[in-house]
Amino acid sequence: MATKTLAGKTIEVNDEGFLVNPDDWTEEMAPELAKEEGIDELTDQHWKIIRFIRQDFKEKGQIPTIRRIKNAGGVPIKDLYQLFPEGPVKKAAKIAGLGKPQGCV
Amino acid sequence: MPDEKIKKVSIVISKGSLEGVYPGLIMANGARMEGIEANLFFTFFGLEAIIKKKMNKLKVATVGNPAMHIPSLLGILPGMSAFATKMMKKEMEKLDIPPVGEFIEMIHDAGGKIYACKATVEMFHLTKDDFCEQVDDIIHVGKFYEVSAGGEIIFT
Repeated sequence: MATKTLAGKTIEVNDEGFLVNPDDWTEEMAPELAKEEGIDELTDQHWKIIRFIRQDFKEKGQIPTIRRIKNAGGVPIKDLYQLFPEGPVKKAAKIAGLGKPQGCV
Repeated sequence: MPDEKIKKVSIVISKGSLEGVYPGLIMANGARMEGIEANLFFTFFGLEAIIKKKMNKLKVATVGNPAMHIPSLLGILPGMSAFATKMMKKEMEKLDIPPVGEFIEMIHDAGGKIYACKATVEMFHLTKDDFCEQVDDIIHVGKFYEVSAGGEIIFT
């Protein structure tokens, strides 16, 4: 298993750079993970989504679908694609320290 | 894992049953979620999925479908298709798969393009007003190949 140093801590990641253990994640790691995904700055809107999917993951045990982020998280689809271009749920999940989404929707 | 990533898909939806429409919608939405450009081209009975009055009333076909595991003779009974449709929609809702109308809107908001086949539109005497607002254009087959250039074409 590969490791990576984020916010001064060495943590386990998979071969695509997703954190293996969501509990290793701290908010300080998010900006570094975001840069890997080509997002230079995390705005409040980014944070709203990151916090929602972390919270939802904690409650439901799975990464929310894009529809759930839209309906339960209250984020329009257009905004999601604008904030996390070319892979909204995948990128948001990675930055939030969760694994790679495995659902079909 | 191969180095070359799929960059663009154009998906033709030609059937008007619930099970005929959803695979194409899931593939188009999935493409956008992976950063892949996506076009949806609705033709023949597939058009029902983008007709305002019909899109949320699509039914599962219970006749002539051996995988349903009910004899075709029973499949013709009144209410059979409605029952199978209700069951399938319930299961889909559990997986957070949206109803057709919401799905089309999501795909469109994600940047996917929605096209209706001109020949079928004329054959069924439809106009732009019959369609949901997400339909980008009514195009002929030549234009379909034009917008599909450089990508994969999938027929469903």
